[in-house]
Amino acid sequence: MEYFLKLFLSGTAKGSIYALIALGYTMVYGIIQLINFAHGEIYMIGGFTALIFGGFFFSKGMPVGFVLLFSVLLSIIYAAAFGYTIEKIAYRPLRGKPRLSALISAIGVSMVLQNFVLLAQTEKFLSFPSYLPEFKWLQPYKEYINSTQLIILGVTAVIMVLLTFLIKFTRMGKAMRATAQDMHMAQLVGVDINQVISVTFILGSALAAIGGVLICSYMGQINYYIGFIAGIKAFVAAVLGGIGSIPGAVLGSFVLGWTESLGTGYISSDYEDAFAFIILIVILLIKPEGILGRTQRQKV
Amino acid sequence: MKVRSILADVRKSLGIAVWAMVLLFPLMVMKVSVTRGVAQVQFRWNLLPFVGIAGFVLSFVWRIALEWKDRRGNNKSEGAFSRVKAWGGQYFARPAVRKSSLVALLCFVIAYPFLFGMYHTNVMITAFIYVILALGLNIVVGLGGLLNLGYAAFFGVGAYTYGLMWKYLGHSFIAAGIDPGWLFWISLPLAGIMASLFGILLSLPVLRLRGDYLAIITLAFGEIFHMVMQNSSDITGGATGISLIPRPWFFGHKLPPPQAATYIYFIAIVLVIITIFIVRRIEDSRVGRALEAMREDEVACEAMGINLVKNKLITFALGSFWAGIAGVIMAAQTTYINPDSFTLWESIIILMAVVIGGTGSIPGVIGGAILLKLLPEYFRALAQYRMLIYGIAMVLVIIFKPDGLIPRKRKQYTFEEKELSK
Repeated sequence: MEYFLKLFLSGTAKGSIYALIALGYTMVYGIIQLINFAHGEIYMIGGFTALIFGGFFFSKGMPVGFVLLFSVLLSIIYAAAFGYTIEKIAYRPLRGKPRLSALISAIGVSMVLQNFVLLAQTEKFLSFPSYLPEFKWLQPYKEYINSTQLIILGVTAVIMVLLTFLIKFTRMGKAMRATAQDMHMAQLVGVDINQVISVTFILGSALAAIGGVLICSYMGQINYYIGFIAGIKAFVAAVLGGIGSIPGAVLGSFVLGWTESLGTGYISSDYEDAFAFIILIVILLIKPEGILGRTQRQKV
Repeated sequence: MKVRSILADVRKSLGIAVWAMVLLFPLMVMKVSVTRGVAQVQFRWNLLPFVGIAGFVLSFVWRIALEWKDRRGNNKSEGAFSRVKAWGGQYFARPAVRKSSLVALLCFVIAYPFLFGMYHTNVMITAFIYVILALGLNIVVGLGGLLNLGYAAFFGVGAYTYGLMWKYLGHSFIAAGIDPGWLFWISLPLAGIMASLFGILLSLPVLRLRGDYLAIITLAFGEIFHMVMQNSSDITGGATGISLIPRPWFFGHKLPPPQAATYIYFIAIVLVIITIFIVRRIEDSRVGRALEAMREDEVACEAMGINLVKNKLITFALGSFWAGIAGVIMAAQTTYINPDSFTLWESIIILMAVVIGGTGSIPGVIGGAILLKLLPEYFRALAQYRMLIYGIAMVLVIIFKPDGLIPRKRKQYTFEEKELSK
């Protein structure tokens, strides 16, 4: 039971990180029906930027709290800027073209970003210094959950609430929902589609950056390739929960996190990455619209 | 062009240059290294001006390219270039010219291994393997419009069919006094069938789903294949793979490496020709027409009484078949296989050959495959930039020339000239 609880909690932490990435996926997919392959790369760039700025500030002898705050802020800003730029360069000219073109373009962008970081920085795994605080009062329970995991859970919960608020109650959120439902109709009633899509990319990328910093602090290392597999897994989580649905993405991420964690704990750790794919195949067989997704009727 | 609009362009490009410098600043200028848990940052200020200049120039090029693309969309057949192209097309349409140039090409291809030696022959064999792969993938992507991101796994199924045949049946063949090279000829059809079976198996869960789900599930299949091959070391040799795979049987002779390369080269050519022939036949067959209809509009296609499920299965089976064949040639050529030859990036490069060459166009796909395989061989100095360049090329082609370099010619009814020019 103790072993199960431990696995369950680490699965929860993992799931909440997947959720941060999956949210970006699901938002972009909800609005322009594009599987944004480059999303995982944004998450990697977020982690790298945090490492770079964190290292710089730290070497200048600044206090840890300051280093943490500013490196995370800068990484969020940079990731958002990357998301915005990528959408403008690689996806906007393809709007209205067959859906697979944008998907292929996304694969190309993903390759470019990966290899850009590989060439501009390094191909080695770098250890990622954790600037996150350690909670003293958590000491007795550190068998089950450590401070980093707790912080990840807390941050994800807060972001979830903020995001739900943003989408449900603000003007922008309304515009986003309208665009997701029907792009042309939204345009007709005066929604600035380009702005909505840009904001979606910026928001998704910012969330990915937060996820990147958190998971790199948790894993303690980073390299140029971490984004790809994480991105695919987050996509699986989004499909699992029902792509396009925000609570679905969160739920799917937790289910995926638990499955992976329990699977590696009880079955085999060699196939850690395979569980996500097996889940994907199973879900597509049984309920392709996902746990919380709605069946879309095709109109002719 | 007016001075003001040029000034506006310059201002815009300056803005983009500044944006590029700011955006790429942390990754380009600040190089991070971590020693004993402490991150150190080293500044490379000398790179910053390059980023700015590149941003400025590229934004201009980008703008001109977009304008060019818009113009080309409006009036298709104008300008000297398209006139030369049209003339060339007419010239090549003449049967005599067409036949003689084909014969010349064939002569060159046959003479190739004797003219250029073993190294270049081997390079050419890999190019041919890619041609077969790209043609196979073209059935799935180009004809059927189904994006397959796990194609390398089918390639791997083929290679492993041969490899495992050798590993488990090789010694009994030798013990029975049969040349193990026969295994190649047995594996060749078998690998194709195995790959087809896997293709059918894989497409079963996704038959009801839309294109992008299919892309992801094929990707997942590719990764699972890679992982299984890597981890099941007692059956497949794991990460170390299978080595000493025999070369194909040649009338009982054991050929030295150069001759063996030439021999495999000719096998590859014959297979390429067979592939081209069959793929062309498929295109014009009932199945091919149905696939094309399916790509254009699934709903309308179903309404016309075409069985979508059956056709998708056929697409996958046919497409994967060629990957299996290519896998066997690849195993015979390198005599060694391991899981790392069949990764996602391999799938993406094959996909790129199809996309860059021209989705659905047989000459385009062949050209794309040869281009993507030969260029890196002859530009070794740029090897580390290869994937970066490929990625950029993929985005550029899909934005500016979505039909590829040699676009597919659609069959169309032509009207009488006088009727049009009334």
